[in-house]
Amino acid sequence: MSGLLQEMSNRALRLGVPFSAHLDLTYRCNEKCVHCYLDHHDHGEMTTVEIKRLLEEMAEAGVFFLTFSGGEIFLRKDLFEILDYARELSFCIKLKTNAVLIREEQAARIRDLGVASVQISIYSHRPDVHDAITKLPGSLQRSIQAIRFLKAQGLKVIMANVLMTSNMSDYGGVRDLAAQLGAEYTLDPTITPMMDGSRATVGLNAGGSSLHSLFRDETLVHDAEQFCAPPPPVTEDSMDALPCSAGHTACYVSPYGEFYPCVQFPLSCGNVRQQPFLDIWRNSPQLKEVRSIRLRNLTGCSQCAHGATCTRCPGLAFMEGNMRGPSTADCEKSYARTGIPSANLLAKKENPAPSLVQIQVVPEIAGTRLSGLPAPA
Amino acid sequence: MYIARSSRIAARKLGEEMLVMSGLDSTLFTLNATATILWQAADGETPLQQIVERRICGEFDVAQPEALRDAEMLAETLARHGILVVSDRPIAGAASSKA
Repeated sequence: MSGLLQEMSNRALRLGVPFSAHLDLTYRCNEKCVHCYLDHHDHGEMTTVEIKRLLEEMAEAGVFFLTFSGGEIFLRKDLFEILDYARELSFCIKLKTNAVLIREEQAARIRDLGVASVQISIYSHRPDVHDAITKLPGSLQRSIQAIRFLKAQGLKVIMANVLMTSNMSDYGGVRDLAAQLGAEYTLDPTITPMMDGSRATVGLNAGGSSLHSLFRDETLVHDAEQFCAPPPPVTEDSMDALPCSAGHTACYVSPYGEFYPCVQFPLSCGNVRQQPFLDIWRNSPQLKEVRSIRLRNLTGCSQCAHGATCTRCPGLAFMEGNMRGPSTADCEKSYARTGIPSANLLAKKENPAPSLVQIQVVPEIAGTRLSGLPAPA
Repeated sequence: MYIARSSRIAARKLGEEMLVMSGLDSTLFTLNATATILWQAADGETPLQQIVERRICGEFDVAQPEALRDAEMLAETLARHGILVVSDRPIAGAASSKA
């Protein structure tokens, strides 16, 4: 983050301004990704009128960065009407899409709107691997073609590479592809539980040995020795540091108007169909609770060696059962990176809990291991 | 000189300052209170000299020639980053920002 942006973000925090918002316009999607955390059925999306009113409320509240995502945003027939209105309200607009429906005409319209960036999910440089994850034949080819259209318009494109077991070895190829296309590249090795609490997707996460190798790849982390160094001592400052921007300067609104601290933090704080955006932001008891979280108040984590550098996600902790508890996915990353187990992992080793995710061999197809099956009742 | 806000920028008032991002190159600017007044008054129809006289000299203790010189320099800088449009005649269809 640039110095000026950091300064503005700090100011927004002091002023209590929701500096950035993420708005999912739909959960419907033309891809059916194996790791997706959403229910793709339409349960009553906000109308164009409702979304425009929400945008007005967001602008009034001080939102500067506005990310439109989904689901697949190009499935909304009113997408460009919404984007036009967002431009009129002077947001810094960012888009997240699979880009399958972007052709030259759409790319030109996105350019005309002055969109700051378009983030596109690419899972592999190999069509068979990418398309097996999206379950949409030909999707890699169409997404790559869209990236070419967007780049031809001079737009900033970010290729987002979510890593899981089936594509863990392909990140180098995706990064090379991004370089060829003139796109930026980002990777994320975390598969989250589904928004309804189901942990069926978590079994797709790459294991510790894969993360261990990833964190030592100097083409990614530059200095592996430094990146994987033991954590520094926990200081008083780190005890009082904010865990992340969720609920502090950032928030999320679902296609149905539900207001959450973050897309990864499905704690309902209100609904913008029934309550003004700013009223929720300022007065929601749930958001006040989220804002009160500090490392020093967390049982277990406050005693953990990783306290000063931990990337603990309060949303993942919430989905694990306690927003003031550990996020095991982040504990595992800290362990893979440094070789030092977190307080949470040590406690689990001493008192192992029954796993929620079963790995079973189904007799009819013996030899095939299926993960993510629900635990027997 | 006439000035108008570009239609491809992001802008939001944060406290007393205006945060502006260029749609051309994503350069980020903060405008102080004086520059924010200029930016908000940039409707493409009011001459810059008139904006300075009414909105700047009227509110701040500054001489008109000095204020106008500073305003012209600021306008040229912002125009280079695509934040303002500058012209020697009125600018038709200038953006009416709701920032």
